[in-house]
Amino acid sequence: MFIIRHKKIFVGISIGLVVLALASLFVFGLKVGIDFKGGALTEVVYKTVRPTQEELNKNLEALNFGSVLLQPTGELGYIVKTRDLNDAEHAKLLETLSQGKADSLTELSFNSIGPSVGRELTRKAILAIILISLAIICFIAFAFRKVAKPVSSWRYGLIAVATLLHDVIIPVGIFVVLSHYYGAEVDALFVVAVLTILGLSVSDTIVIFDRIRENLRKEANISKTNFSEVVGKSLDQSFVRSICTSLTVILVLLALFFFGPSTTKYFALMLTAGMFFGTYSSIFLASPLLVLTEELQKNK
Amino acid sequence: MIRKAILAFVILLLGAGVAFFVFKSEPRLNKNFDTASSFFKNHPFRLGLDLSGGSHLVYKADTSVVASNEVNDSMEALRDVIERRINLFGVSEPVVQIQHGGLVSGSDEQLIVDLPGVTDVKKAIEMIGQTPLLEFKIEGPKEPIEVKPGKDGKIDLGNISLDQKFVSTELTGRYLEKATLEFDPNTREPRVSLQFNDEGTKLFAEITKNNVGKMVAIYLDGAPISTPVVREEIPSGQAVISGNFTPTEGRQLVGRLNSGALPVPITLLSTQTIGATLGDNAIMAGVKATVIGFLLVALFLILWYRLPGLVATLSLSIFVVIILALFKLLPVTLTAAGIAGFIISIGIAVDANVLIFERVKEELRAGKSVNEAVAAGFSRAWLSIRDSNISSFIGAIILFWFGTSLIKGFALTLGMGIVVSMFSAITVTRIFLKTLSFVGEGKVARFLFSSGISK
Repeated sequence: MFIIRHKKIFVGISIGLVVLALASLFVFGLKVGIDFKGGALTEVVYKTVRPTQEELNKNLEALNFGSVLLQPTGELGYIVKTRDLNDAEHAKLLETLSQGKADSLTELSFNSIGPSVGRELTRKAILAIILISLAIICFIAFAFRKVAKPVSSWRYGLIAVATLLHDVIIPVGIFVVLSHYYGAEVDALFVVAVLTILGLSVSDTIVIFDRIRENLRKEANISKTNFSEVVGKSLDQSFVRSICTSLTVILVLLALFFFGPSTTKYFALMLTAGMFFGTYSSIFLASPLLVLTEELQKNK
Repeated sequence: MIRKAILAFVILLLGAGVAFFVFKSEPRLNKNFDTASSFFKNHPFRLGLDLSGGSHLVYKADTSVVASNEVNDSMEALRDVIERRINLFGVSEPVVQIQHGGLVSGSDEQLIVDLPGVTDVKKAIEMIGQTPLLEFKIEGPKEPIEVKPGKDGKIDLGNISLDQKFVSTELTGRYLEKATLEFDPNTREPRVSLQFNDEGTKLFAEITKNNVGKMVAIYLDGAPISTPVVREEIPSGQAVISGNFTPTEGRQLVGRLNSGALPVPITLLSTQTIGATLGDNAIMAGVKATVIGFLLVALFLILWYRLPGLVATLSLSIFVVIILALFKLLPVTLTAAGIAGFIISIGIAVDANVLIFERVKEELRAGKSVNEAVAAGFSRAWLSIRDSNISSFIGAIILFWFGTSLIKGFALTLGMGIVVSMFSAITVTRIFLKTLSFVGEGKVARFLFSSGISK
């Protein structure tokens, strides 16, 4: 089997991608949005002419809101990022933006989140991540509870977890790069995307591992079996359906990315990356890793 | 065989019926929506604020002064007060929810207020923040009411409002000590008794003294709730409102009177407003993405899996109409994230079909007949289908349990999709495929049931 023969190349690609993702994470850092740290986001669109950023910045500084970030959007719009604003401050901001002429702009959306709400969401997100990880580890432990030879079952579990990390880290890395160049921020949907990737990609890996163990059981004499051949055969049998099940999800996600609402664009992109690398890893990473562990064991 | 065919036909018919319901109950699709029956009219899609436009406010309730066993009661009283204020403002379908503090959501008691269609946050906040007003009004000086016949000769009495006849007094809810529900000892009719404080007692005595035989109107937030007639001067500071109300109405009135002021102080934590245009764009984009996503999946299924793929597409259509109907009937509040969950569930819904058809292909290769291969495909794929669906479903449940409203919308539509797909992708597909067994065992049949680039 091609993949097993060249396993070191594929494992190398995966490691390279993970290292790249981690490097971008440390270099660029995660930009946390107002969902988590609190703050206000005002989106306005001007009716005829959009004032220049310099013009507005001067007046905005006079408001003493701390740092005010103006971000042009579309032909005539601005997204304004500030600390969280109360009612009066919000009215003042609009007045400044409209330069005294209230009918020169329309407010498309206004979102002000107090810091305590942000802290609450952070706590919820962390709890949800812990809980889903626990649920997945339980699921893996359950799926691999029967001891298999020649590779012991806890190694299957360990590799499944490693693949899972790989599936999450790469999309996060992609997101970090995007957020650096296009200003995407970590919001509640980002957390949902991470959690959904965890849930969807674990079953893919387990399906292939199940096949491997099913084929191992069929072998009459386990000690004489060529492990890498069995893994290769199992991959042959299951990679088409593994790709097909992911492909249908990727197709709808691409539709969501290209045609869907703007609020879920990055969400769709992250999930697409997650589904893609989830499938890639269950075929090109998990099984080669399994064969590598077996070889290491033998050489001892 | 014939029984299977009839069953398949019935399912198709039911699917068409559900699709008809979805179509008929949607004002954007049904041109004759105005004349449609009320059943259809009552079931449009319920859109979240990010799609319909509106305001989303989160308040923190300071319950530190309330005994811990009374927190729930005072939060409910708070919700009632705020709901009433919003209703008076005429907002359609407002949602006021209590979010209790706890391990997950933090220690604060919160009140979440959704106001669809209200994009003027300032007005909304004022409306909620204002203290409700309990007022006592007396009859104003009698003015002759002019009633002239209109142009068509009819006399229109609709324009004469009762309000004009009452003028305000100094007595307001500020002087009310408490209101209680009691029953008339003779008639057993429920009535509401009011007890004023010292100052209120004096005011009330004066008012009643000057207005014997006249009406005193009790107004709540500018609307008259009761207009009893004064029989004599009342020096005790006690008033009784006896109207024609049921015990429940009486109890509500008491609640409303006692909750003249907010039971606990509230502070605004966060606000979110979405303009209507932004929402409309999001809906259009969501519909477009759904249609294109569906077509892509259908195209893939038919090109790759041929005849079974066509059958799976049919089941997927039934899946879509069932889900849409559930969105309307339950109802599910749709948000952009919810639509994303629904679109993803379209992709996941066919997973089971893919697993089954790949097994069928394997069995065909192993030399089984078409009928045997289909039967074996279903039974052998079941375990993997169950496992992968259970793991996705557990994920959806955890997301729902821990999520904010945005995450909940996603988790709910995704979870519903997973459950319904188990039915559509397995049961419906199987029934349809079995009716197709007449294609026989010829070369054409084997080709139609194979898949991919294989011969």
